[in-house]
Amino acid sequence: MMQNQTSPTPKGQLEHRYDGIAKVTGKAKYAAEFTEPFPKKDLVYAYIVQSTIPSGSLASIDQKEAERAFGVIAVLTPFNAPQLTSAKPHNLSILQDADVHYNGQPIAVVLATSLPFARHAARLLKIQYNSQPAKLNFMGRLAEARLPKQGGKEQPGTQRGDLASSMTKATVTVDETYITPIQNHNPMEPHATIAWWEGEKLNVYDATQYISGVKMSLSRILNLPLENVRVQCPYTGGGFGCKGTAWSHVVLAAMAAKIVQKPVKIVLERDQMFGPVGARPTTVNKIKIGADAGGRIVGIQHDAIMHTSVMDDFVERSAGPSRMLYNSEANSATEKMVDMNLGMGTYMRAPGEATGTAVLEIAMDELAHKLNMDPVQLRLVNYAETDPSRDRPFSSKHLRECYTQAADRFGWSKRNSQPRQNSEGHKLIGYGMATATYPANRSAATAVVRILPNGHAFVGCGTQDIGTGMYTIMAQTAAAALGLDPTLVEARLGDSTLPKAPVSGGSQSTASVLPAIDVAAKQAKLKLSQLAIQDSRSPLYNAKDTDLDTKDGRVFLRSNPSTGESFTALLTRNGSQSIEAEGSAQPAADKASMTTQSFGAVFAEVAVDKDTHMVQVRRVVGTYDIGTLMNNKTGLNQLMGGIVWGVGFALHEETVIDPVYGRTVNESFADYHVPVNADIGDIDVSVLNIPDTKFNPLGSRGIGEIGITGAAAAVANAIYNATGKRVRHYPITPDKIMQA
Amino acid sequence: MNPFAYQRVEAPDAALHAIAAQNAKFLGGGTNLVDLMKDGVETPSMLIDINHIGLNKVLANANGATIGALVRNSDLANDPNIITHYPLLSHALLSGASPQLRNMATTGGNLMQRTRCFYFMDTAFPACNKRVPGSGCAAINGFNRIHAILGQTDEGATSAHTCIATNPSDMNVALSALDATVEIQGPKGKRTLPFSEFHRLPGKTPELDTNLHSGELIVAVTLPPSKFAKNSWYLKVRDRQSYAFALVSVAAGLEMDGDTIKSAGLALGGVAHKPWRSLEAEHALTGKPATTETFQRAAELAVAGAKPHEHNAFKVELAKQSIVRALTQASKGVEA
Repeated sequence: MMQNQTSPTPKGQLEHRYDGIAKVTGKAKYAAEFTEPFPKKDLVYAYIVQSTIPSGSLASIDQKEAERAFGVIAVLTPFNAPQLTSAKPHNLSILQDADVHYNGQPIAVVLATSLPFARHAARLLKIQYNSQPAKLNFMGRLAEARLPKQGGKEQPGTQRGDLASSMTKATVTVDETYITPIQNHNPMEPHATIAWWEGEKLNVYDATQYISGVKMSLSRILNLPLENVRVQCPYTGGGFGCKGTAWSHVVLAAMAAKIVQKPVKIVLERDQMFGPVGARPTTVNKIKIGADAGGRIVGIQHDAIMHTSVMDDFVERSAGPSRMLYNSEANSATEKMVDMNLGMGTYMRAPGEATGTAVLEIAMDELAHKLNMDPVQLRLVNYAETDPSRDRPFSSKHLRECYTQAADRFGWSKRNSQPRQNSEGHKLIGYGMATATYPANRSAATAVVRILPNGHAFVGCGTQDIGTGMYTIMAQTAAAALGLDPTLVEARLGDSTLPKAPVSGGSQSTASVLPAIDVAAKQAKLKLSQLAIQDSRSPLYNAKDTDLDTKDGRVFLRSNPSTGESFTALLTRNGSQSIEAEGSAQPAADKASMTTQSFGAVFAEVAVDKDTHMVQVRRVVGTYDIGTLMNNKTGLNQLMGGIVWGVGFALHEETVIDPVYGRTVNESFADYHVPVNADIGDIDVSVLNIPDTKFNPLGSRGIGEIGITGAAAAVANAIYNATGKRVRHYPITPDKIMQA
Repeated sequence: MNPFAYQRVEAPDAALHAIAAQNAKFLGGGTNLVDLMKDGVETPSMLIDINHIGLNKVLANANGATIGALVRNSDLANDPNIITHYPLLSHALLSGASPQLRNMATTGGNLMQRTRCFYFMDTAFPACNKRVPGSGCAAINGFNRIHAILGQTDEGATSAHTCIATNPSDMNVALSALDATVEIQGPKGKRTLPFSEFHRLPGKTPELDTNLHSGELIVAVTLPPSKFAKNSWYLKVRDRQSYAFALVSVAAGLEMDGDTIKSAGLALGGVAHKPWRSLEAEHALTGKPATTETFQRAAELAVAGAKPHEHNAFKVELAKQSIVRALTQASKGVEA
């Protein structure tokens, strides 16, 4: 069904995932699956009890009957839990006070010798509340929207030019409101933590995108020296942002393990993934775009209002793409928020850009129709050669080629620009397109590389593989720098005792971790060369290290490759010691002088049933400008996964909050819809593969997020082309199409 | 999950004997009951495993069918005689759930499948007359997009009678249109219920889904002689292409005499507390030419009296469009 670029595996790339066999054979252990190094029989199972009111406080919890239930070891509530160093931040704090901020808030935990015992005892708790009126109406309270606060300061919107004056030059204007719903990440692997203590030292297996972040959070809130906390996570079963920060259950596991003096395991149930571990906020976007008769945009105004939790602000920057994606004489973009009694918002795959492109790119389609201009042409007319939001160049931008290549692969020229003209039997067929974009981020990282006497190598970094292929490209990168076959490199990650790396979020791991590995491996190679030239028994004795090179596990004279020896021979002769080197890399010093950004073009074909209004996404074609693609299999797969998310954004995903009780009503995979196999047609992903070496020496940018961007709008625009019906409220379900 | 006892029985008589225990329930495929037990919605003190009592055969030909209560949904859907003589039933079954669930779910269990009303399925909502009789209905003022538009009881959120839940089964809609009969065995012997009398409307007792009495066991479902084998269609409208419950579904069967409809079976899913068979629509189709006008008239009659709620008004129009489409498909023949 799904199609990729079908080219042979490029030289130096692993053909298969480094961890593929371990995963399909079940040998790969995820956080909840560990049964050592602690005695397995000691494991204590925790079940989190959640509030059933949206606002107020706990009056009392009668836990006598629960404590008497079979297998129960302890029940912790705000009335008996130990004090943490701080009752904030809210994402970490747990059982510190009796306040209830949302329906589903963790308010107690039952610890028992089995999960069923804990679950059963949880039902025996008698919980009394003092209810308060809750803020649950969002659409009716938009007038209350306020600016977001960060670090105590209000974050104002951005303005460029004189919008009112520029808009007077518009001959065509689009002025509409677009809505995106609350969404929850729902990785296949739910959040899970096993915590155990060895004296004053805390050990944690945690399903996370950021082992170092979990370590810092636990250290801070439990008042432990940083070195007393170790966090491990060799495999993460998807994260999408909700595992980017530690949440309160991680703290709870550590707290409970201390109290019961045994290892404690907490695995969130699927329904517990809706609320306590973050969500993408709902957004209402008023977008006004004015253009002259030639399609040149004179002004863009995007005022976004989103919900936020009464506990703390999280800004989904859905107006972001409107600031920088296209040239416009004047530009005004604001983000405001409305407080709600709901769980915290957080980063979710392409935070800001996913919602922002989903709404802006429908508005652009509407503008193209009003201008009677091809949607691709409209984007080319307003192509931003430099970043209009910051008035500086891009490190590398090849979006034009993306439009051309994707349009060609898709067959865009066959599109009928008038809607509802193309049908097959009961199906209306439509084509749509949109622009994709996501920033190229990078942070400091450190890695360690060892050349082993047996001719193999080791690369270690305290990063994470959240299903993305990090193991694979770590091994490849070390191999390339060392002159080794990548299958001979062992990769390790997911342990906070390894050198530090940033969160596997914001599409930054590739651009952060690989340059560090490159530095470490080159350092190791230099040490190896120096060993050879100082060894009188080596054929390279007294050579200059700058004259040496390595390939296929040999070190040799570049000018005369037959003069040299294998790593194994050299190391064996020198006491069979490994050569080890650490390397660090950080963003370029002049990074503020340019914008580093990825782009893409995505095209979709849909078939919409005339009677049932059900949508089938038949084809999606995406072409991306993401620098150098490090691995074909894992990279194209990740972009494809992003597109599947885009289809889900367009048609399916929505967290529904009950208007009276403030509780999520569809907190299961049966009711919270994501695409199933039958929803996904052919997906054709290609990349330009143009290195962005101003961004980092390897020329690669992260690709975790860009796949979702643009895809939702491409589907929405295709639905319009098929049916002539414009739905501006995601998800686009059959009833909305019928009633449009 | 509450602690419960488990007993495996080997014969229908033993099952009937065992079910006499306080608050016991039969366990078939467990695809619905066990989920509800985990979430505290169902709290039986004992499960009586009837997976080994037989009743797992399908006997079907043009003159009728007898389907054992423990026939798995997959086996029934793929039975060659069912496909030949009752394709509507096979089609409906394959529209439901996923292959894994269909491999476990039983015919009798599917008849007993409980509503997917959010407020029934989550004990954290205090009001649900079906789950806790007398507690009211949270769906009335809640998110009621998936709820009933026909035959429901709406006396306000606090009334003990109010219930706007729907029956979620696809199989039941087809069995309704096919005019099936449910064979029941109880302490007092055997009895049968016409399919239309098996499931209930909420009336003043929304806690009751069916007219099966306590202590009774479904042993089989029977079908009358096949009339619609050549002209039937099951249409399911849902939010994604697979693995989603129906917003609206239509089971349509036509017995054709040339271009004239000799008889018809028409039932809707996703719109009521029970499969919504419309005898008025069937009557309006009978003897008429198979035209769009005829189908539209049947559609109007099928949803006559519909009373939608805040979020499900779309179902009235969607049901009508779906009925016309399903009847059109059926009239073109099964191969259409």
